[in-house]
Amino acid sequence: MIHTVLAFLASVAPVAVALPIFGAALAFVLRRNPRAQRIITIGALSLTLLFEISLLASAATHGTQAVQLGGWEAPFGISMVVDEFSALMLVVSTAVSLAVLVYATAQGIADGDEDGPISIFHPTYLVLVAGISNAFLAGDLFNLYVGFEILLTASYVLLTLGGTAPRIRAGITYVVVSVVSSVLFLIAIGMIYAATGTVNMADLGLKLGELAPGLQMVLHLMLLVAFGVKAAVFPLSFWLPDSYPTAPAPVTAVFAGLLTKVGVYAMVRTETLLFPGDRINTLLMIVALLTMLVGILGAIAQQDIKRLLSFTLTSHIGYMVFGLGVGNVAALGATVYYVAHHIIVQTSLFLVTGLIERRAGSSSVDRLGSLAKLSPLLAILFFVPAMNLAGIPPFSGFLGKLGLMQGGVSLGTPVAWILLAGAVVTSLLTLLAVARVWNRAFWRRAEDAEDPHPQLLASLAEEDGTTAVATRRRTLPATMVGATAALVALGVALTVFAGPLFEFSDQAARHMYERTPYIEAVLGPDAFEGYVPDPRSPEFVGGEGP
Amino acid sequence: MTTTAILASVAEDVSDTNDPMSINVLLLLVMGVLFATGIYLLLERSLTRVLLGIILVGNAVNLLIVIAGGPAGLAPLYEKDIPPEEYADPLPQALVLTAIVITFAVTAFMLALIYRSWVIAKRDEVVDDDEDLRIAEKGHFDVEEDAEVAADTSEFTQDDVDAKGARP
Repeated sequence: MIHTVLAFLASVAPVAVALPIFGAALAFVLRRNPRAQRIITIGALSLTLLFEISLLASAATHGTQAVQLGGWEAPFGISMVVDEFSALMLVVSTAVSLAVLVYATAQGIADGDEDGPISIFHPTYLVLVAGISNAFLAGDLFNLYVGFEILLTASYVLLTLGGTAPRIRAGITYVVVSVVSSVLFLIAIGMIYAATGTVNMADLGLKLGELAPGLQMVLHLMLLVAFGVKAAVFPLSFWLPDSYPTAPAPVTAVFAGLLTKVGVYAMVRTETLLFPGDRINTLLMIVALLTMLVGILGAIAQQDIKRLLSFTLTSHIGYMVFGLGVGNVAALGATVYYVAHHIIVQTSLFLVTGLIERRAGSSSVDRLGSLAKLSPLLAILFFVPAMNLAGIPPFSGFLGKLGLMQGGVSLGTPVAWILLAGAVVTSLLTLLAVARVWNRAFWRRAEDAEDPHPQLLASLAEEDGTTAVATRRRTLPATMVGATAALVALGVALTVFAGPLFEFSDQAARHMYERTPYIEAVLGPDAFEGYVPDPRSPEFVGGEGP
Repeated sequence: MTTTAILASVAEDVSDTNDPMSINVLLLLVMGVLFATGIYLLLERSLTRVLLGIILVGNAVNLLIVIAGGPAGLAPLYEKDIPPEEYADPLPQALVLTAIVITFAVTAFMLALIYRSWVIAKRDEVVDDDEDLRIAEKGHFDVEEDAEVAADTSEFTQDDVDAKGARP
C-alpha cells in the first residue's frame, strides 16, 4: 500500500516545482494583504517540504525514477529525474528555505514594514525555491539552464530589495557575473547539441562517450567553467564576497546556503553522468586546494562577520570539489553528505549574524563585545554551528571532512596527499577565523572594542540596570530565534543520524558512478544496447574506497 | 574581387550543397563579430556599455544555437509525403525562443538597475568595493595580533595570587 503511494508520488515529482510557482502567483495577487501573503507562502513551502520528504522516501526505497513531462518519450520530451542525490538536496534546500522564510517573516512583523517594496519579497522568495527545485529535478540540460535562470532572476530581485546604493552596487556585479556564466552555459548547450543532437542528460551520458576525446574535453571544460562561476570555485569566486553581504540578513542566509550548492550539484552531475572518467581529476584537485586556501586566507583578513562568512563559504566549496576530484565512491558519498551539512550550517551562521546585528547594531567585530554576557542564548546559537563549520569532533563538519579524507587516502597519489594537508590546514584556519569572531564579539568586554556600537552599549547598560532611559532597543522576536535554533538543531541532527545518512549518501554516490540506474530510469531498460564508447575515452574504473 | 564578394560566393557555395554537415559561413561570421564586439563591451566600466555587451553576446549565442540546428529546411509541420530530412530542426528554435525571453527579462532588469544607480549616484560606472579597498590599504601590522606580548599575560595581579596563596 505504502509502496504504491510512494511510487505514485514520484510519478508526479514536478509538483515540487509547481507548488511554489502557484504559491508565488497567489501571493503576488494578494500583495495588498500581508497576512494572507505570509500564510500562503509558509503554507506552500510546508506542503512542498512534506511532498519532498515523501520523494526522498520513495527514492530510498524504489531507487531512481524518471517522469516524462506531457507523456513525450524520453530523448525527445523533457524528463525530470528523482534519484537519491536530487531527493536529498530537495529536502535539505526546502527545509532550510522554510526556516529562513519564518525568520524573515518574523523580522518583517517585528519591524512593522508591512507594506512598501517588501510586498514582493514573498512571491519572489517562492520563485527562488521553485527555480532551485527545478534545477535539482532537471533531467535535461536546457531545463537545468531554465532552472538556473528562474532562481537567478529571483535572486537579482532579492539581492537589490529596497534599492539602496550599496545593494545596487553589489547587485550590478552579481547580475553581470551571473549573466556571463549563463551565457557560457548556453554556449556549451549549443555546442553539445551540435555535436550530439540531444540535450537529454541520460541520452548525453551515452552519446558524449562516442565523441572524439578532444571534443569531449572542450565540452566538459566549458560546462565546468559555467558551473564553476555559479558554485564560486577559485578563480571564479571573486564576485561572491562582494555581493552577498549587502543583502538583507535572511536573503544572504538563503543565498549562501543554497545558490552555490546548485552549482556544485550541476558539477557533480557533469562529472558522474555526462563525462565519467578521471581525465581531469588532477585539475579538479588542484582547483579544490586553491579554492580552500585562498578563500580561508581571505576570511582571516575580514572584520565584518558577514564578509568573513562569505569567504569561508567559498573556501568550503573547495571541500566539495575535493570529493569530486578524488573520484571514488567514498569521496563522492562524503561530498553528498558535506553539501547537506554545509547548506544547513552556513545558513544558520548567517541567520545568527542577522540576530547579532539586530541586538548590537553592527556585524563588524571591531564594534562588538560582551555579547556572551548580553545574550547567552545568542552565544550558544553562534558557537555550535561555528564549531560545526570548523570541523570539531563530533560535529557533522568533522564527519564530512573525515569521509573526504578517507577517500583521499585510499586514492593515495601525491596530489591527493597535498590536498589532504591543504584540507587540514583549511580546517584549522577556519577554526582560527571563527574563534577570532568568538573572542572579539562574544568574549571580550565591550569597553575593549575599538569602536563599540552605541546600540550595543545601550543594551548592555539596560541589562545591567544602570540606565533607566529607554533606548532605541530592538529585541529579538522569539520566532526569529526559534527559526535559527531549529536550523542549528537540524545541523546537530546530521551528527546524530550520521550513520544512516552516510549509508544513504554512499548509496547515492555508488548509483551516480554506475550511471545505469539513472540512464535506464529515463531511457528504458534496453538503453545500453548498441552503446560503443570511443575506445580512446577513459572509462570509470571505480573503486569502493575503504 | 572584394572581400564581401568572396564571402558571398563562399556562402553561396556552401549553402548550395545538401550535405547535412555544412554550415552557413555568413551566419558563422556574424556570430563571431557579435561575440567579439559583445565581449569587448562587457569589459568596459560603463554600465550602459556592459548592458549593450550582454545584448550582443546574448544574440550571438542565439545564432550559435540556430547554427547548431543544421541547415535550413521546411517548417516542421508534419505532412506524410515529405521525407524527414527536408524539415528544419524545431528543437533549437524552441531553445532560442526561451533564451530570447530570458535575455529580454534580464535586459529589462539591468536597465532598471542602471537607472537606479544613476538616480542615486549620478554615475554609470561600476564602483570599487569599500571593504576591498579598506583591506588593500590596511598595513600588515595588526595592533591586537602583532603587538609585542607582555611578559606577564595573567589577568590576576600579584596581590590576588598572594591573597589566594595565603588562604589555608
